[in-house]
Amino acid sequence: MVTARTDEITGAGVSTGATVPTGTSVTARQVAETVTDPELPMLTLADLGVLREVTETADGVTVSITPTYSGCPAMDTMRDDLVHALHEAGFGEVEVRTVLHPPWSTDWITERGRRRLAEAGIAPPGAAPRRGSGPVPVQLFPPQRRVSCPHCGAADTEPVSEFGPTACKALRRCPACSEPFEHVKEI
Amino acid sequence: MAFDNAYEALADAHDDARWAFGTGFEDPLSGVDTTVPAGVDGDDLAQYCLMLGDDALVLSHRLQQWCTRAPELEDEVAIANIGLDMLGQARLLLARAGKADGTERGEDHYAYFRGEHEFRNVRLAEREQADFAQLIATVLVLTTWRLAVFQRLRESADPVLAAIAQKGVNELTYHRDYAAQWVVRLGDGTETSHARTVAALDDVWPLVAELFETHDVERRLHGVAVDPAEVRDEFDDVLAQVLSAATLEPPQVRAKAGVAGGKGRDGRHTEAMGYLLAELQSVARAHPEATW
Repeated sequence: MVTARTDEITGAGVSTGATVPTGTSVTARQVAETVTDPELPMLTLADLGVLREVTETADGVTVSITPTYSGCPAMDTMRDDLVHALHEAGFGEVEVRTVLHPPWSTDWITERGRRRLAEAGIAPPGAAPRRGSGPVPVQLFPPQRRVSCPHCGAADTEPVSEFGPTACKALRRCPACSEPFEHVKEI
Repeated sequence: MAFDNAYEALADAHDDARWAFGTGFEDPLSGVDTTVPAGVDGDDLAQYCLMLGDDALVLSHRLQQWCTRAPELEDEVAIANIGLDMLGQARLLLARAGKADGTERGEDHYAYFRGEHEFRNVRLAEREQADFAQLIATVLVLTTWRLAVFQRLRESADPVLAAIAQKGVNELTYHRDYAAQWVVRLGDGTETSHARTVAALDDVWPLVAELFETHDVERRLHGVAVDPAEVRDEFDDVLAQVLSAATLEPPQVRAKAGVAGGKGRDGRHTEAMGYLLAELQSVARAHPEATW
């Protein structure tokens, strides 16, 4: 299990996959940042870029998160996990809000998040496509992307499918080491 | 897992009897400002959300029916993923409908407890797909149309619709490319795959014209809704590129007539719709108080 905050004190009775900092000075943001993605447990919600805002008021905490894909079934679990972690850390009323705009982009995955993905054998995304206001050009053939192999480091790998085991991942294969792997596809 | 024990993740403090995750949050628009913009008729806005939401819900159901039947595992996964994205778009749009018409009805009400005549999807979405070529032809047509509509919907005067569209454009681009690449492989493939793709396009095409007919609701929602007649040229242009690369021709077939002047957007559906809804709704209707 990967810990998100190696520099922090351990403990707090919640096994969120990351270590929740303890002590009276802990902020709601610090707690929220330790909650991990249920499908990509090596990433915190902050690393994934879905944690938009954490606001503390006298009445409680408001957390804003954004869905990666419209149908991402992990959203409900993320909400539950945020509420649970904040309650365990002693925060009272917790409201989790959805923010739809601007839409999530893989560009929001942090550098640390990208390193963690690669360490777990998942190729991190390249730069997301930039789209103007005109029609999106149709791709008649699988796009040529330079995605290096997260297992052996070979520079060139081949696409298997643009759709993978979760909405955010594509499937690829490495011709050098013959291993298949997942790639967080650019969006 | 984020928690050592899945039951620990239950955060719904109001009902200890619930056991599945996520049950405390059934509103996909939770926390989103759903105020109807000034000057916009809430009932019309709700109807428009149902049109776009029902297209996605019904197509998603048809795609789900391909689970365990796809020709290859990768396509199984792709079709399920497209179905999941469509379901996500449907959830947001149906939830938006319940806020816009002021009834506060949730997504489940619209999905499970409306009758056939209350569904506003185009008839192409409900069409049964007899083979993989028909599936791919249907997905190409519907995603090309929807992508062109959603691109324009990003400028909608309703900020919720605009936000849903902006997310949807990114997803639909992947869906359309998947279908386009398959049409090219099948059309420019073997003699059999070519012939079956020609037949599939002929089967699908009578329901294409309906996509571009402007409905009264869309006319009244000027600035909020997209007039589908406006996307015909872009649709034709994309299809021409795909069909040309696939060595195929646009079909020359007559459009399917409506029933008593009505079509899918008016709640007049084909025979396939009743069977589809029976499957989609039977569990929810047998256990109307259930939560999951």
